[in-house]
Amino acid sequence: MQTRTLETGVGLFILAGMLALLLLALRVSGLTVSTTGDTYKLYAYFDNISGLSVRAKVAMAGVAIGKVTAIDLDRNSYTGRVTMELEKRVDNLPIDSTASILTSGLLGEKYIGLSVGGEEKLLKDGDSIRDTQSALVLEDLIGKFMMNTVNKDKSKEE
Amino acid sequence: MHKRSLLEQIGLLGRSAIDVVEAMGRSTLFLLHAVFGRGGVGSSFQLLVKQIHAIGVLSLPIIIVSGLFIGMVLALQGYNILVSYGSEEAVGQMVALTLLRELGPVVTGLLFAGRAGSALTAEIGNMKSTEQLSSLEMIGVDPLKYIIAPRLWAGFISMPLLAAIFNVVGVWGSAMVAVDWLGVYEGSFWASMQNSVDLYEDVVNGAIKSIVFAFVATWIAVFQGYDCEPTSEGIGRATTRTVVYASLAVLGLDFILTALMFGDN
Repeated sequence: MQTRTLETGVGLFILAGMLALLLLALRVSGLTVSTTGDTYKLYAYFDNISGLSVRAKVAMAGVAIGKVTAIDLDRNSYTGRVTMELEKRVDNLPIDSTASILTSGLLGEKYIGLSVGGEEKLLKDGDSIRDTQSALVLEDLIGKFMMNTVNKDKSKEE
Repeated sequence: MHKRSLLEQIGLLGRSAIDVVEAMGRSTLFLLHAVFGRGGVGSSFQLLVKQIHAIGVLSLPIIIVSGLFIGMVLALQGYNILVSYGSEEAVGQMVALTLLRELGPVVTGLLFAGRAGSALTAEIGNMKSTEQLSSLEMIGVDPLKYIIAPRLWAGFISMPLLAAIFNVVGVWGSAMVAVDWLGVYEGSFWASMQNSVDLYEDVVNGAIKSIVFAFVATWIAVFQGYDCEPTSEGIGRATTRTVVYASLAVLGLDFILTALMFGDN
């Protein structure tokens, strides 16, 4: 009888440990099981991808429908090529859809937002989106602003 | 008292170095014998269960209580700092990453060395001083198989599970403080945690850490007991050495493992 309770205790302990590992995987790291296999690839070329990182989300109307899997430089056009994997169930994107790099919140992380075009033809696996809008770069904005004020001052003097 | 000549002092230094290397060699042979020696694990399954009970199940209260309090304190401290930046939702992310990557394996390792390691050393040392180990050898039972191996395996199995339980209880405690007491919005608490914690990067690396610490801490504890001077004073010294060496090994290895896992990004 003594060994029986002891064995039960050990069994419960090992079950609790396994359950804890499972909880860590599912609840804490937010692992989802059903996202592999049913995706397709799209490419997008940006003049400037600054701040976008691999595994960033791809969203349409604010809903996450995929993620960025690779970022590299296209040698021929000198643009940044972003490889995205989108869920198969969203397979009705027109070929003139646009992609832009957006920021969630003021200081949040960068993600790609897709907006729908109007063409009949649809994007297929391995196609690329040409109509893109690059990330906002704060330095460029400040630069434009400064140029504007300088120009205004000049035009006033004349 | 004659003054030692320079040559004698160099000789002493050399002897202590040889002692250290010898002890390392002996402990490695000891480990290999105990883990891979003859005799199946099946016959000693009962012994293993008994040891997991002594090492793992009886360590649960201290692990659960300290995990709960560490999680709650982390949430409280993190909230106080983050709230001044208006981003108190990030408390979930901060607590989860801290626990999974560092505090879970390390604190469990330290508590394990203090709670289970010292008991192992004292128990085996006592067996040695009362000549139970040599009696076993006399009747043809290998003490490495019968006494040491089940304790080693019990340590290897118990500690990673204890670390996982520690993490879960810590996260639960932090959720209790942050969500129920301080009023962080529950949805964003869990969302910020799930967005930032990666299964391989954080959960698996933390588990690898705890397996390494389990290996080292149990090895040190069992070897110190087996190798101690068989007197009551010797057992006391060996127990102290177990706690000190095992704690230092856990902290030192933690730095090395962290540098290997997270150092290059």
